Amino acid sequence: MMPRDIQGLKRRRAKDRIFSAFIWCLTISCLLVVTIILYYLFKEGISSINWALFSQNPKPVGETGGGILNAIVGSIMVVSIAAVIAIPLGVSVGIYLAENRGRKLTERLAVAVDVLQGIPSIVIGIIIYVWIVKPTGKFSAFSGSIALAIMMLPPIIKNTEETLVLIPRTLKEASLALGASYFKTTMKIVLPGGLGGIFTGCIIGIARIFGEVAPLLFTAFGNPELIFDPRKPVDTIPKVIFTYASSPYNDWHRIAWGGSLILVVFIILLNAVIKIFERKWRVQF
Amino acid sequence: MKNRWLVLENKIFVRWLSFVSILTMILLLIFFITLTVSSWPAIKANGIGFLWGKTWDPVANHFGMLPFLAGTIITSFLSLLISIPFSIAAALFLGEYFPKGAITDIFRNAIEILAAIPTVVYGFWGLYTIAPLVGKFELKMHMPAPGVGILTASIVLSIMLIPYSVSLMRQVISMTPTTLKEAAYALGSTRSEVITRIILPSNISGISAGFLLSLGRALGETMAVTILIGNSPELPRNIFSPAYTMASVIANEFTEAIGDVYLSSLIEIGLMLFIITTIINLLGRLVIKKISYSL
Repeated sequence: MMPRDIQGLKRRRAKDRIFSAFIWCLTISCLLVVTIILYYLFKEGISSINWALFSQNPKPVGETGGGILNAIVGSIMVVSIAAVIAIPLGVSVGIYLAENRGRKLTERLAVAVDVLQGIPSIVIGIIIYVWIVKPTGKFSAFSGSIALAIMMLPPIIKNTEETLVLIPRTLKEASLALGASYFKTTMKIVLPGGLGGIFTGCIIGIARIFGEVAPLLFTAFGNPELIFDPRKPVDTIPKVIFTYASSPYNDWHRIAWGGSLILVVFIILLNAVIKIFERKWRVQF
Repeated sequence: MKNRWLVLENKIFVRWLSFVSILTMILLLIFFITLTVSSWPAIKANGIGFLWGKTWDPVANHFGMLPFLAGTIITSFLSLLISIPFSIAAALFLGEYFPKGAITDIFRNAIEILAAIPTVVYGFWGLYTIAPLVGKFELKMHMPAPGVGILTASIVLSIMLIPYSVSLMRQVISMTPTTLKEAAYALGSTRSEVITRIILPSNISGISAGFLLSLGRALGETMAVTILIGNSPELPRNIFSPAYTMASVIANEFTEAIGDVYLSSLIEIGLMLFIITTIINLLGRLVIKKISYSL
């Protein structure tokens, strides 16, 4: 009887080893993929990063050189307008959710926010096209900003709610008992306490929309010139990467690699900022 | 006087909060109405046959979305299939084997970087790396070798899905009750037995929610797929053939669509995409809610 048992045990232990080796292999291959992607980005991108990339507008097909200054300006413009629209709205909805927990309406609102987050960005592009581009008859940076603002809302709402829920009731009650209005209490007690989390939510939102192209295809459209007017169509960095990547020209591919590297480094930096904030400004009482 | 202003201020604030909240809540309904109204010319012209029509020929004014529906479903499920072993392994690694420590930090950050890379960059990268590989394989198999096609798009898409399923699955796996695991260990189980007989079965709903949410994302993914799928409005014959997904046909043809029916047919595809992803997300959310109740 004994030897058989030991053999079974050995087999089970061998199985266990193979299983964990499998897990290790698969997880390491995930790590490997990340490394390969970053390696390619840096290898191909670093050689195309030069002063011209940041300081010049694109040149027409056939001429070498040129940069993506117009797209950098465009990206900053479209994203900042989107942030200005989305942050007040998102924070307000977040406050509402945190303050009215447990109601049926609140639960439905939370579901709606989750579903909103899952809507494909291209569909949001179509909707803004129908709402704004079609009636005004032209593509514009502003319409792109609205599409991106809608995409920014869910992370802002969720983060605001999650932080504000952590603020102790006693603090709010103390303020209200002193005779401060609900508005004053929210502005001076609740919001400052949750500022870290709200800020994190905003940066998550910006990181989410900065690399988006799909909602901009039929809203901000694209424009090879340097534009500061939000009523006109503009290029953004991801849009330029898309256009150049699907072109047959080597020179354009080079610029697309440079743009990709800039974009990825910037978004990774934003993520690092989020991490630092989450660690430092976590609500604790 | 000042008091009255304070009261008014407060009133405005409360009204504003409810106003934007209700607006957000009915936003989805407004989206649905907008899409339905704008695709009405197409719904009227194409009829119900639009859903299973096999030909997409804008010149002849003949619109059927089956090629795109097929392309979308094949691409999404294939990419999900490819990513499943990797994401389950990574989730077990982070949630069970090494819940804390230096290795975990490295892996977790790496997976977060995967989530940070924009979709268009994935597409561009895939065009340079994965597409030539697939092309070589096709040459060996004596097939036409464009490199781009369903398989290429699915491989790149599967990489993009990993961070989404891992983050949710890691959380549910690490929340498995310790008593359950310890009971199994006390009976003499090995770690692999604990994982396959305790951890995975008891978290089956969380794991499926992770996959549902990734599926929702895969269905709507646009840019990477548009670059890699090869753009052919015909029913795909095998996983190597170039195809079109619903999202990528919209991305490619929307600004070039001439004529009302053509444009609104594209919007109708968008409407279908909206309905499908909304249902999948609602399902995923329902499953997650069930888990949080049972815990």
